[in-house]
Amino acid sequence: MTSVNICGVELKNPVIAASGTFGFGGEFSDYFDVSRLGGISSKGLTLAPKQGNDGVRMHEVRSGMMNSVGLQNPGVEAFIKDELPQMEKMNTAVIANLGGSTIEDYVRAAVMLDKSSIDILELNISCPNVKEGGMAFGIKSCVAYEIVGEVRKATSKPLMVKLSPNAEDICDMAINCCKAGADAISLVNTFKGIAIDIKSRKPVFENISAGVSGPAIKPMALRMVYEVCGCVDVPVVGMGGISTYEDAIEFIMAGSHAIQVGTANFIKPDICVDIIEGIEAFMAREGIKSLEEIRGIIK
Amino acid sequence: MKSKYVEAAVYKNEQISDCVFRLSVKGSFDVKPGQFFMLRAWGQEPLLSRPISVHDVDDEKITFLYHVVGRGTQIFSKLREGDDISLLGPLGNGFELDMLKGKVALVGGGIGVAPLNYLYKKLSMNEGVEVSFHAGYRSQPFGLECIQGSCSLLNIATEDACVGEKGYIIDYFEPKLYDIVVCCGPEIMMSKLIKKCEAAGVPILVSMEKKMACGIGACLVCTCKTKDGNKRSCADGPVFLGSELILND
Ligand SMILES: Cc1cc2nc3c(=O)[nH]c(=O)nc-3n(C[C@H](O)[C@H](O)[C@H](O)COP(=O)(O)OP(=O)(O)OC[C@H]3O[C@@H](n4cnc5c(N)ncnc54)[C@H](O)[C@@H]3O)c2cc1C
Ligand SMILES: Cc1cc2nc3c(=O)[nH]c(=O)nc-3n(C[C@H](O)[C@H](O)[C@H](O)COP(=O)(O)O)c2cc1C
Ligand code: FES
Repeated sequence: MTSVNICGVELKNPVIAASGTFGFGGEFSDYFDVSRLGGISSKGLTLAPKQGNDGVRMHEVRSGMMNSVGLQNPGVEAFIKDELPQMEKMNTAVIANLGGSTIEDYVRAAVMLDKSSIDILELNISCPNVKEGGMAFGIKSCVAYEIVGEVRKATSKPLMVKLSPNAEDICDMAINCCKAGADAISLVNTFKGIAIDIKSRKPVFENISAGVSGPAIKPMALRMVYEVCGCVDVPVVGMGGISTYEDAIEFIMAGSHAIQVGTANFIKPDICVDIIEGIEAFMAREGIKSLEEIRGIIK
Repeated sequence: MKSKYVEAAVYKNEQISDCVFRLSVKGSFDVKPGQFFMLRAWGQEPLLSRPISVHDVDDEKITFLYHVVGRGTQIFSKLREGDDISLLGPLGNGFELDMLKGKVALVGGGIGVAPLNYLYKKLSMNEGVEVSFHAGYRSQPFGLECIQGSCSLLNIATEDACVGEKGYIIDYFEPKLYDIVVCCGPEIMMSKLIKKCEAAGVPILVSMEKKMACGIGACLVCTCKTKDGNKRSCADGPVFLGSELILND
């Protein structure tokens, strides 16, 4: 009833745990049966291992949080060797989220992931917390076009491109990524924001700005997802502040094929299950047989 | 698989000093000293749960000692008997009791005495362990109910000299007298004490309290630098050997 197809991959339901908020899934399997999920997007990977950013990495704001983790991860090779075998056993779609700082790095990592058992490659051109590359690829659509094109050549895995809400023009960005070969689009990553400690009169974060996520960003994220759904033909995976089944239904009504849940995982470890069950109950109540009946219904 | 996210009811919540409260929650919990819970007594706002260490455990309840500093702890301070509260935990590695043998010194700074209380209780049941307690406060001491009267050595220092010695407790503390030291307090205090213990060649364990979001090792916002690379305070810690850590001065 809730199953969806994203670029040829069948998800048992439209709820995916978002990158960077669910580790490699293992941390959460102590709390609930993670096979309930439609999919898991891995912590953002880079070609070489990365230590991430110094200083404060998290700051809470009204209805949201800011993070400056800076893509701390063990690197693609260690991911394939140490993490992927366990993720495979979780009986849910495995999405590898890939970040980087140069096109060559992205391509080399994509080649390695191409040979692995991952189901979908989610190209992250939208991380606001790395000094070089990262989001820089996700601001100008001509730059995004180039990198997506190069990665497309490097892999035959389904390719989902994750957009930044900080892009100059979100629709132009999505269209260009599709032209360059994206099979699906996911959005949004975190919004660039600033917090200031008024006592010390200094920015909270060493990089001054950090990524804002959580319920606070939902209306903006929903608007962007709606707009992108209107301008591309590929499946769109929406996210940004989803913490209830109602939020998820809104994204689906805006046109999302699937949705990702990020920050809300920190509120309650099994919140994704609440959202899945909420969607099922809503469909039963409203007599909805398939999500297609309500997908993009507000158009 | 046993979910460690439970909804429970407040047993008691009492103010014990200016901004410090003691909150007990009904239920039976199997906890190691030094472990903590992510507590939540609200719906969506504030967004994140609050990490609080275990202060005491008995058959029918678990107790936390907390300082009211902001939005979350203010909400905790208004809780009454029977109110709902969610607990995620126990989390973290906790103190390895087997490591704590011989003459053990527990050193707490302010609200840092909270987890040391439960550690003290467990250690004082072990044979071959001689525990002393050293606590530093800005002003009036708190959280020492179990320790006062039962501990053979209790040293207190206050910055305003209202009780005990005047100044910082670590200035009155001599690591050489002990086989191992345990410290929980502000980062600057732990950092200074690590240096002092290193100079004296005495091992020290500290509890690192970083800002946390998930509390279970997934988000990587709580990392601290160690000689072995970044580690997560919530899942690899919060207890670390002082000699492992790379601290800023
Ligand atoms: C493992 C661990 C154990 C702790 N044990 C205790 C305890 O036993 N008693 C106690 O009083 N306090 C303890 N703390 C600190 C306590 O978590 C914070 O004081 C509390 O989260 C502040 O929340 P607030 O909403 O009142 O403050 P706010 O300033 O409004 O909080 C804003 C955000 O900052 C975070 N935050 C603020 N201060 C701290 C801090 N010192 N450490 C971590 N996060 C912080 C909050 O969780 C929240 O996300 C512990 C912290 C950690 C990491
Ligand atoms: C702590 C944290 C770490 C994140 N790390 C990544 C990452 O490595 N790669 C990525 O594409 N997105 C990352 N994100 C962004 C989320 O996947 C998601 O796009 C964003 O948080 C918005 O959704 P939310 O409001 O549901 O959290 C991270 C978010 C958070 C809060
Ligand atoms: S709080 Fe998320 S990893 Fe420690």
